[in-house]
Amino acid sequence: MLKFDNVSMRYTGAGDVLRNVSFHLQRGEMAFLTGHSGAGKSTLLKLIALIERCSRGQVLLDGQDLNQAKDRQVPFIRRKVGLIFQDYKLLQDRTVFDNVALPLVIAGYGHHEVSRRVRASLDKVGLLGKERKYPAVLSGGEQQRVGIARAVVNKPPMILADEPTGNLDPELSAEIMHLFEQFQQVGVTILIASHDISLIAQMNHRILKLDHGQLVAS
Amino acid sequence: MKYVKKKPVKPVKQEPRWQTTISGGDFVDKFHAYRNLHAHALFSSLGRLVASRFSSAMTIVVLAIAIALSSGFYILVANLQQLAGNLEASNQISLFLKDEISEAKANKFADTIRQNPDIQEVKLITKEQALAEFQAHSGFGEAVKSLEKNPLPIVIQVLPKNSLENEQALEVMLDDFKRSAEVDFAQMDMQWVKRLQSIMEVARRGVILLSLLLGAGVLFITANTIRLELHTRRDEVVIAKLVGATNGFIHRPFLYSGFWIGFFSGVTAWFIVTTIMLILKYPIEKLSGLYDDTFHVLFLGFTETLALLFISSVLGIVGSWIVLHFQLKQLKPE
Repeated sequence: MLKFDNVSMRYTGAGDVLRNVSFHLQRGEMAFLTGHSGAGKSTLLKLIALIERCSRGQVLLDGQDLNQAKDRQVPFIRRKVGLIFQDYKLLQDRTVFDNVALPLVIAGYGHHEVSRRVRASLDKVGLLGKERKYPAVLSGGEQQRVGIARAVVNKPPMILADEPTGNLDPELSAEIMHLFEQFQQVGVTILIASHDISLIAQMNHRILKLDHGQLVAS
Repeated sequence: MKYVKKKPVKPVKQEPRWQTTISGGDFVDKFHAYRNLHAHALFSSLGRLVASRFSSAMTIVVLAIAIALSSGFYILVANLQQLAGNLEASNQISLFLKDEISEAKANKFADTIRQNPDIQEVKLITKEQALAEFQAHSGFGEAVKSLEKNPLPIVIQVLPKNSLENEQALEVMLDDFKRSAEVDFAQMDMQWVKRLQSIMEVARRGVILLSLLLGAGVLFITANTIRLELHTRRDEVVIAKLVGATNGFIHRPFLYSGFWIGFFSGVTAWFIVTTIMLILKYPIEKLSGLYDDTFHVLFLGFTETLALLFISSVLGIVGSWIVLHFQLKQLKPE
């Protein structure tokens, strides 16, 4: 599903942020991406979401070489990847329903289909009944679950999460991780960047460890 | 039970249970969704305009004044053109003869002029004819009657041949007449009409240039307004990009905003111009009535109004497109 082949990323003035990173995530695999701050976790995720392009090497998503992707293909590639952020990135002036519906509206689904899928997605994260609330009145854990519902609502084959539990207490964090496992069980490939070592250690999944831009454990 | 269309049996492939679709729904559903997206963008942009009504109103009034200036000048020139169009510009020259010249001498003089090959027509107006005409048309009839002596001179109207279009040749002919012993005073009757028509041509081009200039102004004011809106809705744009929005999807609401701004500016400009014309209509028609003229003030007609609204809407859309084209690339998700 996701393959990094000798990927290096160099920012002008900052040197190599990633150096010769290679790994392969199978379809339906769940993995943690860990490492100290500045090890290159976020950069690696940005390459998959096509926010950045690598300087050398190859990133293959679902068999497609992301470096070769034309600008107008980028939106369609992003639809294959559900993104989850530490700061949730919800639209504060839209209801929970509208936030979750956004990817479907963008993909051009009709009203009924949007309704049905948004409800199904909110049901999965346990927020059915809060569709009409605004993000500001929800707790951090609930907001993150809205973010997750949005990421999975158009059923992408891959989910990327950047420090999804960074702002949550251990109990909520465990809940969120459990949610990810449920998605993995239905065949979604999941890559979670996190430095919460104790939480990661409790879960029995593959760990990719970055150190100064190099993959030191896989 | 629902009837389900049978699909050809494919070799069984291990597919993940989690179905992956990038864009969904059947064709009709998608068409409706597309139409809804447009309707939504149309009305939500209108809603945002209303929500920030103070700043929108200021922008729209500024744009409307610019548009009203150019369309106001346009309608002004159209009115003047109507006025000038009623007047026929001819090269007719009037020769006012000296008082001591008798009618016989005048006739002889007229005959010599007739022999000039450049002259098409010569007409002599005697003192009596002139007086009768003056009494009939000037409105001073009674006053003239009280005069002891006819003060009007004999007039010879000379119409040069049309081939004599050259202004300089006409001037030479006019000067020759002025030097004749019989002539007291010579003038080209309709020269002012020609001058007016030249001025009108300048004014017409002036309106085009002014409209281009003000149009560019409208374009950039709209662009700047949209730039500000893009700035305030930055988060929304970035998030939409991250969840796979195409540029078209992101552009749409802003293009509609530009459309609304342009359209409402056009409507406001129409009201400004029409109000000004209504204020001026009465005094102008009263004035023209004094000259025994049937001059009707022209307003912006149906086609002109449509053109006004169309052009201002298009300027709004283009202005917003310019900003989107150049600024959206800089809005990168982080």
